[in-house]
Amino acid sequence: MARRTTEHQTRVGPTSPRARRAGALDVDALLADQRTGIIVCCGSGGVGKTTSAAALALRAAEQGRKVVVLTIDPARRLAQSMGIEALDNTPRPVTGVQGSGRLDAMMLDMKRTFDEVVVAQASPEKAKQILANPFYIALSSSFAGTQEYMAMEKLGQIHRDAKKTGDYDLIVVDTPPSRSALDFLDAPERLSSFLDGRFVRLMLAPARGPAKLMTAGFGLITNAMTKILGAQFLKDLQTFITALDTVFGGFRQRAQQTYSLLQADGTAFLVVAAPEPDALREAAYFVERLSEDGMPLAGLIVNRASPAPESSLAAEEALAGAGRLRRDGNGATAAGLLRLHADQVRLVEREHGLRERFATAHPQVPTAVVPALAGDVHDLEGLRRIGGLLAEAGR
Amino acid sequence: MSDWSEARLHVVTGKGGTGKSTVASALALALAHRGKNVLLCEVEGRQGIARMFDVDPLPYGERRLTTGLPDHDDTGGGKETLGRVHALHIDAESALLEYLDMYYRLGRAGKALDRFGVIEFATTIAPGVRDVLLSGKVYEAVERNSRNKGAIDYDAIVLDAPPTGRITQFLNVGGEVGGLAKVGPIKTQSDTMMKLFQSPRTAIHLVTLLEEMPVQETIDGIAELRREKLPVGGVVVNLVRPRDLSDDDLAAARAGTLDREQIESELKAGGIEVTPTLIDGLFHEAREHAERRALEDEQLAVVRGLGVPTYELPRMAGGVDLGALYELAGLLREQGMA
Ligand SMILES: Nc1ncnc2c1ncn2[C@@H]1O[C@H](COP(=O)(O)OP(=O)(O)OP(=O)(O)O)[C@@H](O)[C@H]1O
Ligand SMILES: [Mg+2]
Repeated sequence: MARRTTEHQTRVGPTSPRARRAGALDVDALLADQRTGIIVCCGSGGVGKTTSAAALALRAAEQGRKVVVLTIDPARRLAQSMGIEALDNTPRPVTGVQGSGRLDAMMLDMKRTFDEVVVAQASPEKAKQILANPFYIALSSSFAGTQEYMAMEKLGQIHRDAKKTGDYDLIVVDTPPSRSALDFLDAPERLSSFLDGRFVRLMLAPARGPAKLMTAGFGLITNAMTKILGAQFLKDLQTFITALDTVFGGFRQRAQQTYSLLQADGTAFLVVAAPEPDALREAAYFVERLSEDGMPLAGLIVNRASPAPESSLAAEEALAGAGRLRRDGNGATAAGLLRLHADQVRLVEREHGLRERFATAHPQVPTAVVPALAGDVHDLEGLRRIGGLLAEAGR
Repeated sequence: MSDWSEARLHVVTGKGGTGKSTVASALALALAHRGKNVLLCEVEGRQGIARMFDVDPLPYGERRLTTGLPDHDDTGGGKETLGRVHALHIDAESALLEYLDMYYRLGRAGKALDRFGVIEFATTIAPGVRDVLLSGKVYEAVERNSRNKGAIDYDAIVLDAPPTGRITQFLNVGGEVGGLAKVGPIKTQSDTMMKLFQSPRTAIHLVTLLEEMPVQETIDGIAELRREKLPVGGVVVNLVRPRDLSDDDLAAARAGTLDREQIESELKAGGIEVTPTLIDGLFHEAREHAERRALEDEQLAVVRGLGVPTYELPRMAGGVDLGALYELAGLLREQGMA
């Protein structure tokens, strides 16, 4: 996870004379490029990552590639239509895909993936002990970052298998709905540093070394914790930490492997954002981070954009007209149409301004703007439409 | 008269991204009138309040934020009639240290806990512990501990809460913490908190959009709250599209039967320069709008059928700045939410 701290060009200031725009993101070229082996869809929560990932995967498959898509928390109906509502944590073929390619899909089962790692890393007896520990249960089901970490783990697994069997030539990955898009990249690091934390080391000390490591401070803490949480709490905790100690190394190593996989040439990151300040700010952080970490960014998808009005009538003019009509007391329909138009123009102008701001600061990022559909996307037909819109945005 | 005058604690939840923080802020502004003190709390460590109100990042501590929305009959002038909104950014580590200090006078041990990374450990590994600390601080702000000298007694507290999927776990602290700390003071503490959260002094409002998924999540959320005996407040329908066209016009727009000639002459009467592109554009926009409105109306009917008070907030075309927040606050008050 070495960072290149020198020479990286993360930001080209708005006043930079060299700031040339990268233009549109050509999705079809990306999918058709046989060197593209992994596509990661990132972005903050609620922007349409899962839908974009599924739509891209379907489009690639229908253009002849052998694709697997790893989704996280898809909407129930979308999962059903892809035949992945059963959580068995392995890819299943999607029916209804047209053309010569293939599409398998799966939905990440975070806890199960974690359990499998433990079972693979520890002796059967140790594994049993860990799996039953309440702290492990908490860690594996709700630690902030576990989902990200497990998504990476699963990606690593699928990638290793695909290399052996040749089942897939493209893996599309959705990322967890976290606050910050960066969480996906930070999670493995966060988990290791957590497991390497002072307290964990301290709790391990008595098991590992001479009792003299039991400092006065430690006594103070254990007393305090017993007082607040009860003695059982501390006992469970100690069991958990000692048991996990044996599998730490394995965890860290695997996370590092997957991280370097993400830095490799065949990987393409697509940052998904909604045309809103928070989502675009997150996207900007993410873009900067990718370039710092030497990770390949393919482009930005601005999802659910408001469709641009066809006529050039300005919002103010439309509103003035609507006002005049209202004063006259007739022409309610025309007035309504004008107000509607003004609202649409304002919305589009605002979104445009937000996108411009992003593009000025990050001119090197190719972008695709996808208009919002009227309803939810919950079947292959809907995914196909999104895929088409994505490709169209690049033309 | 407010629909929730009995409530001291307003919890605002909803699907992610539906506008919880926006609604919580607007509600706080709306509740703060006639000299009332309202506390707006956030617990997710994102400094959303600071961003929303355009102030520096908030520390762990109550801060005066702004004045509330004036009443209609407030003619300005009289400062004493305005309410005040305060803000509190709660993080689990500070809450734990404060808690230990307040209840155990753990001065030195508390510091040691911090130094050895115990607090970080406890708050990361055990989300139940985190939740109990965060909601514990909210509880303290409502009930005010006598050991917290000089603290303000708030008339209302508004919590910008975790999303629907985590809200019962967040409030129904007994369950999750019970798993880790079956006995001991934290357990006792969380039982006391439950009493407040399950009483009519709490109202848990849900924010939704008029789309299938958020509405479904609202339905599921209400069912879950009821199962846990947590008091369901109102449903705030956010980002409602403009209502500029009548039902007849909407139907005509969808069917493509809007009267072109008539509208052309109306537009001219309104002083608009009419071109074929303009009319085509307006009709196209109207049609798309009407299609979306039809989907919205379906969902609105579902929401209204839920048997809880509903409030509607429009989509602000220019985004939500401070001015827009006051406007939204005014709408909430008009509709009786505050
Ligand atoms: N009525 C509204 N009109 C226009 N924009 C709105 C409205 N309500 C919310 N927004 C915008 O929608 C976005 C999300 O709102 P907000 O941050 O309040 O949602 P949230 O539910 O708190 O999200 P999260 O789940 O991430 O905490 C923001 O950009 C906000 O400005
Ligand atoms: Mg929020």
